[in-house]
Amino acid sequence: MSAVRHRFGRYGGQYVPETLMPALAELEAAWVQARDDPAFHSELDALLADYVGRPSPLYRAPRLSEAAGHPIYLKREDLNHTGAHKINNALGQALLARRMGKRRIVAETGAGQHGVAAATACALLDLECVVYMGTEDIRRQKPNVERMGLLGARVEPVEAGARTLKEAVSAAIRDWVANVQSTHYIIGSCVGPAPYPELVRDLQRVIGDEARAQVLEHAGRLPERVIACVGGGSNAIGLFTAFVEDEAVQLVGVEAAGEGLDTPRHGAPLTEAGLPGVLHGAFTAIMQDEDGQILEAHSISAGLDYPGTGPEHAWLRDSGRARYVAVTDEQALKAFERTARLEGIIPALESAHAIAWAIDSGFSELDLICLSGRGDKDLAEALALLTPGSAI
Amino acid sequence: MASASTTTGVERIAEAFARARSDGRRAALMPYMMGGFPSVELSREIAVAYAHSGADLVELGIPFSDPLADGPVIHAAATAALRAGATVERVLELAGAIAENDVPVIVMCYSNPVLARGYERFAAALVRAGASGLIVPDLPMEEASELRSVCDRHGLALVPLVAPTTPLERLAQIGATARGFLYAVAVTGTTGERAELDPALVARAAAHASVPVALGFGIATASQASAAADAGADGVIIGSRLVRAAGEADDPVAAVSELISEYAGALRD
Ligand SMILES: Cc1ncc(COP(=O)(O)O)c(C=O)c1O
Repeated sequence: MSAVRHRFGRYGGQYVPETLMPALAELEAAWVQARDDPAFHSELDALLADYVGRPSPLYRAPRLSEAAGHPIYLKREDLNHTGAHKINNALGQALLARRMGKRRIVAETGAGQHGVAAATACALLDLECVVYMGTEDIRRQKPNVERMGLLGARVEPVEAGARTLKEAVSAAIRDWVANVQSTHYIIGSCVGPAPYPELVRDLQRVIGDEARAQVLEHAGRLPERVIACVGGGSNAIGLFTAFVEDEAVQLVGVEAAGEGLDTPRHGAPLTEAGLPGVLHGAFTAIMQDEDGQILEAHSISAGLDYPGTGPEHAWLRDSGRARYVAVTDEQALKAFERTARLEGIIPALESAHAIAWAIDSGFSELDLICLSGRGDKDLAEALALLTPGSAI
Repeated sequence: MASASTTTGVERIAEAFARARSDGRRAALMPYMMGGFPSVELSREIAVAYAHSGADLVELGIPFSDPLADGPVIHAAATAALRAGATVERVLELAGAIAENDVPVIVMCYSNPVLARGYERFAAALVRAGASGLIVPDLPMEEASELRSVCDRHGLALVPLVAPTTPLERLAQIGATARGFLYAVAVTGTTGERAELDPALVARAAAHASVPVALGFGIATASQASAAADAGADGVIIGSRLVRAAGEADDPVAAVSELISEYAGALRD
């Protein structure tokens, strides 16, 4: 048994080219050492407090609660520096890279939030940063592309396939294969080969650890449902982990149903529950055809536009501990607008999926939703679609 | 020459390496092709041309949507092949066309298409198609034992890879599991032509393997092929250069044949 979990039930593993295997072993060893090192934690905790602004608030959303007909609490990861939960992971991994003596960072990004977080951490720690991003995502998340440039990162456009997150991850992995001695790959979600799924979870579990204590303090009870959107699944696993042992608390992951689960244009491998397979180094829930070719995902939100998911989620689904549902582009867009109007909060389109499900899914004594990020990056895209007469 | 039906894939691979030597070759010539590229039809002609112009063994690539170990040329070829209608089944039909010429075929396929069929069904399909071995570039030692026993039962060689980054102790462990040959990756990186190559891994790999060692990734010119043989490689694998020729040339079949003849010449004693 390794010090870091490689398998979650049958899921996970390390399906990568041999060239990377020593780097994965090195990363695992570095993480095992760092996570038990008080000096590492005090540096990370200080940055999370003074630089990121943690703990992020837990906010009871009164008008959303009224609209839903039950209490809704939002875990405000949108208030973090750089505007999403991604910074929790990026900072932790950048500190780890520095410990390993690696001064060059590669990252992938879909919505641009992880790219911005990685670029920010690299600026802070004086590391070189290259971010791979599909050209379709460069188009729809323009403000984040400009931020990364200003922060000193180089954004490498990726033209392959559907020019979205899947191809950006592949391009980042190829770069890492070629530059593995000098480079650390800061993966943006709890996906990829071991030790990444557990490493990213451990760096994101601060979301749930804080939220659990906060909800007990504010509401004097645990939530009935804990809800988060799932792209790769990092904000969801970060929130769920603190509640896994609380058997009465339902864990709900909300995937992108895109244009509908009855069409091929979605990003919901967990909900669809087809044959599992290997994508980006892990055996997990994926979208594939009968020949084992990976299918292109689709979602209005670039961060959920991914045909795979974290292996721990596939395992939580099979074990019945968590359940996974999906919300369409249209429902998410409506929740995006509603949250703005009712609460004065513009959520990321990703997070709007979780809100949409909570509002539309019947009574609950208390819903705790991860508001994983803010929607500034989505304004142009969403406003074009919300304009009367435009397609949606 | 024994026919494919009475010998195992592992035996056919061993014979091919031995035959290359006895025919006066310093190393076996092992060209790679992308099945279904530039089209399924043309790739059948290319397959036959490989066998006729001097290949000792052929690596037959099954196109995959997300080939993490491949550089731009082979990645683009895989994308084009899939777009042109290549499937696992149609690519495996090419194996027979090559194997008919007594040239063993090693199928190169990423994990997921193998898993989608299931190890047992995939191995059985390879045997039916006349293939002799299998390379799975994203299936390292830690994940390979189940597929290896399935391949063993079918007489297929599951060929592992070692890289310049592989530490010695691990190299020995991988070498001990090798069937058919050991694939030494010449570069720290993905597939693709390189101007400079360091074949030093060959000697390290050979010290830890009881099977032949083939060097691949980056080799593009006849003189690089020759240098690989000089460094002690038992086999020389050439991929991107040939795939590029298949995609660029007005007459892809003539272009790859000419290149293979050149490599074959360079590997002569
Ligand atoms: C705000 C926000 N939420 C959620 C996600 C999805 O990622 P994950 O499922 O890893 O939390 C992203 C990804 O870009 C994001 O930017």
